[in-house]
Amino acid sequence: MAKELIKGNEAVVKAALLAGCQSFYGYPITPASEIAHAGALFFPRLGRTFLQAESEIASINMVYGAAAAGERTMTASSSPGISLKQEGMSYLAGAELPCLIVDVMRGGPGLGNIAPEQSDYNQIVKGGGHGSYELIVLAPNSAQEMADFTRLAFDLADKWRNPVVLLTDGYIGQMMEPVEFGESVGKLPRKEWSLTEGFNMDENLVSSIFLDTDELEAHNAHLQAKYRKIEAEEIRYEAYQCDDAELVLMGFGIVSRILRSVVDRARDEGLKIGLLRPKTLWPFPKDAIREVAGTANKILTVELNFGQMVDDVRLALNGSIPVEFYGRQGGNVPTVEEVYEVAKTHLSAAADVSA
Amino acid sequence: MPKKLVLERPKGFYEKFERKPGDKSNTHYCPGCGHGVIHKLIAEAIEDLGIQDRVIMVSPVGCSVFVYYYFKTGNIQVAHGRAPAVATALKRANPKAIVVSYQGDGDLAAIGGNNILQAANRGEHITVFFVNNAIYGMTGGQMAPTTLPGMKTTTTPYGRDEDNEGPPMKVSELLATLDGPTYIERTAVWDNKSIAKTRMAIRKALQCQMDGKGFSMVETLAACPSGWKVDPKNQYEWMLENMQPFFPLGVKKDIRDERESWHRTPRDNSAEEVSEALDLNVPDPKLFPSEYKKDSYRNPSIKLAGFGGQGILSAGAMLANSAMEQGYHSSWIPSYGPEMRGGTAYCFVNISDQEIGSPTVSHPDVLMAFNRPSLEKFEADVKTGGLLMYDSTIIDVEPTRTDIEVLAVPATKIADGLGNTRMANTVMTGAYLAQTGILSREAMEQTIPKALKRKNLVDANYLALKAGMEFVENQ
Repeated sequence: MAKELIKGNEAVVKAALLAGCQSFYGYPITPASEIAHAGALFFPRLGRTFLQAESEIASINMVYGAAAAGERTMTASSSPGISLKQEGMSYLAGAELPCLIVDVMRGGPGLGNIAPEQSDYNQIVKGGGHGSYELIVLAPNSAQEMADFTRLAFDLADKWRNPVVLLTDGYIGQMMEPVEFGESVGKLPRKEWSLTEGFNMDENLVSSIFLDTDELEAHNAHLQAKYRKIEAEEIRYEAYQCDDAELVLMGFGIVSRILRSVVDRARDEGLKIGLLRPKTLWPFPKDAIREVAGTANKILTVELNFGQMVDDVRLALNGSIPVEFYGRQGGNVPTVEEVYEVAKTHLSAAADVSA
Repeated sequence: MPKKLVLERPKGFYEKFERKPGDKSNTHYCPGCGHGVIHKLIAEAIEDLGIQDRVIMVSPVGCSVFVYYYFKTGNIQVAHGRAPAVATALKRANPKAIVVSYQGDGDLAAIGGNNILQAANRGEHITVFFVNNAIYGMTGGQMAPTTLPGMKTTTTPYGRDEDNEGPPMKVSELLATLDGPTYIERTAVWDNKSIAKTRMAIRKALQCQMDGKGFSMVETLAACPSGWKVDPKNQYEWMLENMQPFFPLGVKKDIRDERESWHRTPRDNSAEEVSEALDLNVPDPKLFPSEYKKDSYRNPSIKLAGFGGQGILSAGAMLANSAMEQGYHSSWIPSYGPEMRGGTAYCFVNISDQEIGSPTVSHPDVLMAFNRPSLEKFEADVKTGGLLMYDSTIIDVEPTRTDIEVLAVPATKIADGLGNTRMANTVMTGAYLAQTGILSREAMEQTIPKALKRKNLVDANYLALKAGMEFVENQ
């Protein structure tokens, strides 16, 4: 199959349909609307459901219903819309319903602006809704990964009966790059727990309510045990030029593309800088971070916010080596030169420490 | 011998309420509560209509949060007010199911007001049983949108004041004004006659969904003696006296006979059908070798800039597309963020035999300037030793840099000569190809018909491409 030059946002829709996604429930919001536009174009061609809901809240609850009925389903929104969906995401996690939620992050707080930011890290990775739950969070950095991670998201969601978030930004969503779409999935296995046709009336119940205190505690223990298994099995990351790196850069999404150029430039000039890019933000690649900290003497985390993921990097390292932060905000994206200069100052400082 | 009469629970209920903590044989409802009667009427209807294994009951938040304890059907418990949204998707995913949303007045009329309104207006093929007891029961007797004027609740201790809280909401009348819904009736459960009418209405509403006739809702006035602080033995008199005047009973809308029957069969798409629908059945492009004229032209980052409408974005996309077809990594990104201000539209294209890192750079290898502001704004950014191309028909100043290669292309003049001034972008592309050797003419000609939305412009673009190339070749 030939490659297609396509925007990341549109690649998500094609990949979702190839993954057997049967329904899309969404509400318009910039810069995620392109996903809805592509959804409205392609879902009906296959006799599948596209519905523009009355609100973000309605759309996430429609996803709850479609997931409960056993079909692959998705929604897409951007930061303020995601805030509105948080209650529904908590219900989805509590009821263990698989689905895909795409968050094309924009600037905040409040109405903020429509330019790219990464300030939803906390509300997505730390669980912005109520209760102790985790969402599997994938952070693509190319149009190809927008497609690949969309397919992966549906597989992980079904495997673990858990909502999965594709956490991306307007930059990755707007950029056109070559994408190779795989084949369409065949018939998916029936979800025995679901309210699909022929459900079991005695056993099948989709619910997140456990009135009895011991039952709720047991349910939460079950969820936590599941999360530990996911942490053991599903961590994904990319380490680039980390083997001998004295300074390791960390960033996700569009930032990791800039950091890759920074590393290439540093290596051209003989500077030992590497890149560690989480592909899964939850589960977070803690062990990989500890591993690079064995050779590196400093980590520089770069984000489009005032420092969110950096907290998790610091927690993973527990003070073993210094962790620095550089961020831009408000929709400003740092240039390669800008980050390179910052990295160089940290590299010399790191060398001083090691000397 | 007289026949022995055995009173049995309707089959629509579980024999034992195993999901309920403690007592497994009785409901959790208070003595005198209207939910019990309405539950029983629904359970009997489910049994008599023979739809038990197709019914999915949607449990709301409120006193009826535990609907799933009782109904031997498919069951789902949902967030406060969202039952119509959840039901919408359940029905679309499972069209053979009979999806029943059971909601109280706080759930349906307050927090879920928009959800019921929109589901009704879409004419969703669901059935809503709306229990109106004019109060929030579960949370401790607070005011509902349907609470009567002057009625005391825990949040209206001086009585509902219409100046402060407005008058009670007549949901059935409101929804009946919409074109979407099919059948809406208000009933009550205060005496045998009203219960018999409720029984009929519930059956009509379910039958409506079974027949594929669209949205149906029965609003039933029911007692909440605990919330009202009324002795259960006086509750029905209280309802007749207080509720009936505000909430007139009867059919509010019934167009079942006018509606076409709807049946949806989910389709299993074949892999072939999916690729066809997604426009993925594209043959592999042909490879046309080409050679860089200079090594410094390799792996360029290119900035194309001009006015909106000059085809800047599409010229960039065409380049990125063709490079992809010839096996390169490529990326295209439109101007984004604060740099969009100031009279220029631009895009960035990267073409590389290596994986592409940052899709934008501060110092591009190539600048194609299509208007004067772009030249003035971006000339200084071009990397030392880079290439600057500009439309010398439109731009009446000359670049000043001496450390870069400068190529003036009268792109607009050439395009005018071909009869279409808007082809200047393709002329410039042709000039770039000829100057650098990055892509062959055949490669770009292969891309043009695929990338152009207006197919009648294909031949004109071929000519423009050729003219741009010839301009450079003849220099």
